[in-house]
Amino acid sequence: MKYLLLVYRSEAEHAKLSPTEQQAVTADYMSYARGLAEAKVLVGAEQLQRASSATTVRTRSGKTTRTDGPFAETKEQLGGYFFIDVPNLEAALDWAAKCPGAKQGCIEVRPIVDRADMPGGMA
Amino acid sequence: MWARVFRRESGRVLAGLIRELGDFDAAEDVLQDTLARAVEVWTPNGAPENPGAWLTTVAKNRARDLLRRGARVIETRDEPAPDVAAPEPAPGIDPDHHTSGVVDDRLRLIFTCCHPALARPAQVALTLRTLGGLTTFEIARAFLESEPTTAQRLVRAKKKIREAGIGYQVPSRDRLPARLESVLAVLYLIFNEGYSAAAGDLLIRRELCEEAIRLTRELSELLPDPEVLGLLALMMLHHARRDARTSADGEFVPLELQDRSTWNRAEIDQGAAVLDRALTANRRGPYQVQAAIAALHGTAARAEATDWAQIELLYRTLRELTPGPMVDLNHAVAVAMSQGLDAGLERMATLDAELGDYYLLPAARADLYRRLGRRAEAAAQYRRALELVSNARERRYLERRLASLQ
Repeated sequence: MKYLLLVYRSEAEHAKLSPTEQQAVTADYMSYARGLAEAKVLVGAEQLQRASSATTVRTRSGKTTRTDGPFAETKEQLGGYFFIDVPNLEAALDWAAKCPGAKQGCIEVRPIVDRADMPGGMA
Repeated sequence: MWARVFRRESGRVLAGLIRELGDFDAAEDVLQDTLARAVEVWTPNGAPENPGAWLTTVAKNRARDLLRRGARVIETRDEPAPDVAAPEPAPGIDPDHHTSGVVDDRLRLIFTCCHPALARPAQVALTLRTLGGLTTFEIARAFLESEPTTAQRLVRAKKKIREAGIGYQVPSRDRLPARLESVLAVLYLIFNEGYSAAAGDLLIRRELCEEAIRLTRELSELLPDPEVLGLLALMMLHHARRDARTSADGEFVPLELQDRSTWNRAEIDQGAAVLDRALTANRRGPYQVQAAIAALHGTAARAEATDWAQIELLYRTLRELTPGPMVDLNHAVAVAMSQGLDAGLERMATLDAELGDYYLLPAARADLYRRLGRRAEAAAQYRRALELVSNARERRYLERRLASLQ
């Protein structure tokens, strides 16, 4: 089964780290991603720009509005994801627990709907 | 007519069906069909000699018919052995249970029902529904909620198992201790729900205790881990005192004042024997420690003969294993009873920050002041406890205690 591991962490807390500490965090993520790849469970992974770089788009009654910033102000922001393919939830939760983000923020583990008819879908 | 047989056998049959069909709902449908068929056939002819085997065979055939038409929904293959360094297996557990292929389906089922990805109330309801064979109505009544609420909880839990990919399997060895903890917590919660009898139908609650004991005994046969045995012993030792815990008018009777002649001696002996078996593994755990405390209470001929010194040592161990303010409070009581009431009061003085708003702290303090003959202080503490208590039976008990001071 495929799962999306959504990494939530506090951007404010991350910004407080020294450049050396930030590099160490990045190195942790790289080594985690390598672990996923070596275990042949990695489908994809990306890091996102800061939430303040987001633009929210809504179309209502044919009218489109573009708003600066993310949908909701929260303490922790979505910072990136790992897309994995493992036998079951148990394995997905194990990988989530090993993610560096689990130590600072939290990881939301979301199962993917298995649809073959989704254009561009990786499921 | 065959309700007892059905309840006893349905967990096993259902567990097998879920593995065959890979789907909880389909398995439940087949089980219901099978039970209906049993009523049809057994009514004119009488029940077969081995009703369990009859039900299993009929259910399996029905499941095979179904399988020809559809595919399984959830993963029911066992996990391969992990390649990470695994801890030593518990004695009595087949270290290759996940590869030998002779795992009892009920073991798969209980680990799935108690999976930590499900919320605790869902784990409890699902365990009672599937392994316990209780109806949704019975579960709702036991937990004082409406039937639609329980039904909705069960539907959501089964949906999550399907959609999130919770496997139908016994966890691999490295995950077993953590996963077993969750199973034992669910079983103990079911027992306590029946045991605390705060409200609701007493008969249903007693049945809940017996169901928890039955499920734990079954688990102990499938997985004789020392903590499983410890929990079984703990439940048996508590349950043996059931008739003494409530007075004729339904009021709560504390341990000290219970009529010990109404304790079930045979059950206390059985509980103590199960505990002895657990202790031979020499792997201590919180349930074994709590069972040992219950055994010391259970074997004291009179309240004054209680071995409080030993109980104090056991609470000290429990504080190391599962630290928390409630264990601290129980330990403080044991200190008071073994080393002196003042020593106990000193201990309790350190618990205000964490338990200041919990009625049991002033109630325990009141009891020590009462024993010391310091009536005014005892009365003040009982009054404080009465301000905080919510349970009606506990309230009446505290009021009686307060009145007895005058």
